[in-house]
Amino acid sequence: MKKITMSHGSGGAGTDRLIAETILKHFTGPVLARLEDSAELPPPGGRLAFTTDSYVVSPRVFPGGDIGHIAVCGTVNDLAVKGAVPKWISVALILEEGLEIEELENTLASMQKTALKAGVEIVTGDTKVVEKGKADGMFITASGIGVIPDGVRLSAAGIRPGDRIIISGPLAEHGVAVLNARHRLGLKSGIKSDGAPLNGLTAAILKEHAPFIRVMRDLTRGGLAGALNELAAACGRDFSMEERLIPVSDAVRAACAILGTDPLAMANEGRLCLFCSADRAERVLAVMRDTEFGGGAAIAGTVTEGKTGRVLLATAIGAERILSSPEGEVLPRIC
Amino acid sequence: MTGSGHIFEDSALALKMAERAHLLAGRIGRPVSLMEVCGTHTMSIARAGLRRLLPRNMKLLSGPGCPVCVTPPGVIDGILSVARTPGVIITAFGDMLKVRGACASLEDCRRSGAQVQIIYSAQDALETARQNPRNRVVFAGAGFETTTPSAALAVMQARDEKLENFSVYPAFKLVPPALRALLENKTELDGFLLPGHVSSVIGLAPYSFVAGEFKKPCVVAGFEALDILHAVNLLLEQILAGEPKVENAYPRAVRAQGNPEATRVTNAVFTAATARWRAIGDIPLSGLAFRPDWSAFDARTVFEISEPDTPEPPGCLCGAVITGRAAPSDCPLFRTACTPADAKGPCMVSSEGACAAWYRYGDPL
Repeated sequence: MKKITMSHGSGGAGTDRLIAETILKHFTGPVLARLEDSAELPPPGGRLAFTTDSYVVSPRVFPGGDIGHIAVCGTVNDLAVKGAVPKWISVALILEEGLEIEELENTLASMQKTALKAGVEIVTGDTKVVEKGKADGMFITASGIGVIPDGVRLSAAGIRPGDRIIISGPLAEHGVAVLNARHRLGLKSGIKSDGAPLNGLTAAILKEHAPFIRVMRDLTRGGLAGALNELAAACGRDFSMEERLIPVSDAVRAACAILGTDPLAMANEGRLCLFCSADRAERVLAVMRDTEFGGGAAIAGTVTEGKTGRVLLATAIGAERILSSPEGEVLPRIC
Repeated sequence: MTGSGHIFEDSALALKMAERAHLLAGRIGRPVSLMEVCGTHTMSIARAGLRRLLPRNMKLLSGPGCPVCVTPPGVIDGILSVARTPGVIITAFGDMLKVRGACASLEDCRRSGAQVQIIYSAQDALETARQNPRNRVVFAGAGFETTTPSAALAVMQARDEKLENFSVYPAFKLVPPALRALLENKTELDGFLLPGHVSSVIGLAPYSFVAGEFKKPCVVAGFEALDILHAVNLLLEQILAGEPKVENAYPRAVRAQGNPEATRVTNAVFTAATARWRAIGDIPLSGLAFRPDWSAFDARTVFEISEPDTPEPPGCLCGAVITGRAAPSDCPLFRTACTPADAKGPCMVSSEGACAAWYRYGDPL
């Protein structure tokens, strides 16, 4: 089994071989193939959205995805929820000495496949190798550039009382899949990561309804609870959510009950929430449900007249509580 | 897909049950305090927003039923001294990682280079021992009657497999003796929601003294919001009738005789012994010690640990919270100096803790 060695990061022949024989085998775009110090891109023709994120996940492969898949999905989604059409991605790899080349190749193949699916091009990158023990196998930093079409202006400042809150699909599947794999919990639920590029979904929404969409957020770490609290604080409004309308699959619900975790606070990699004017909500929902990754979309909340920046949750039994922002690491409970 | 189809999340039924609670509490006509002994109940009540539906003259107070919350800081310091021993891998439930002893937690120890592994069951700890024959693997064994059978089973398997690198640091606790200690302390409580998981192992008989000797109503409750509402109503009916007894409102999981096999396994390895509870102190026969035949698996003996008498964190009201004498919001540290990210006391650390429940799901609105 071939492994990453320090010579792969030397900057000399070893690095050249790694790039030529391993990386360029998978990343086949014409811009990257020129191997210049920076990628030369055509004029984008609109306002730019630019994002960057680092991806650190354990285990690196889990049901429904891997670190490469979520690196591309995460970058695409950060651009998509801003209303941008994702165009170009850069990828920086930090590899730990001893990483198996086969795993690296699988990761690169997964990234390229996801990029093709999302219609983005990996145009530049970097590779570093660190000594054994200095990194957890592989870290990926990905940055992306997208173009925001005319007429799209999404911002929390646009949120108004009466706006509806729509969630694109069932929550917490990524968080449960990773937790199950990480702690070898042996939950035989078949739950897979929800990781998916959402630019097709956002493009379909914005094509017809752009003026009525206030803001969109992809629900990553912190889950729905984290995203809603951020938005409530940003716009200074209260949100009222209906627990029974928030999509959560029975399998996830059961897994979370066993683990002692809250599906509303767990990570997703292919879900978003959006705020739109009330009179358009049903039509936006219909558009979402017709897309590949929006089939489970649901209207689950409303912006109220309150101005305390709180998120309230009408619970399934008809009571009410605060839906607060999650804090701390998600750990399996004791009993 | 959503919760609408779940029988335990029927809001019309919840409303009816809440109306019944209002009726019963109205008839009782005085303040009523019920204790939910179990941390999972505490979380469930907060998550469902149940307090909002309950009568105003009724209080639900959290009890000593979160294993992390009742583990005193001296025991944590004992575990930490094992964790700092070269070559040791400590295996612990996630909840245990952030609880502090005198000045550090297992998480702090991990940061300083100790090998600390989060596990989900005693079997995971055993597997770690199998895979790391050159290390000594210690299971930080906190938990109630629900957790102890699997710990005992792991010890039995370790002996069968001649795994000499496995031991358990016993910090196990038993629920009924803690209830006795609370009741002997002239509590104002009117009744108890008894823990469903624990009762599925020990059955109903061990609680009979609560109703018989102390005349306090008891109901074993499941963990769905409607389970809890149902049990609350049964408690109110008992109070109104003046006939305290031990009732089982969770028959789909709890049998009157419990799980004799689980009890047998536990008793084969452990025996009841005096244990120290956070803020309550020593309670006779409320913990589990290794029987002499099994002392080779007792981490306290193997590592010659004598636990320090570490004081509680200054200002922390966790002790009052787990004995029903204070609400989390009564604590001056709550939400200010003490948060889940930087917890001073265990009730904020544990995912079953009362303070964490109030912090995460908000005080009753």
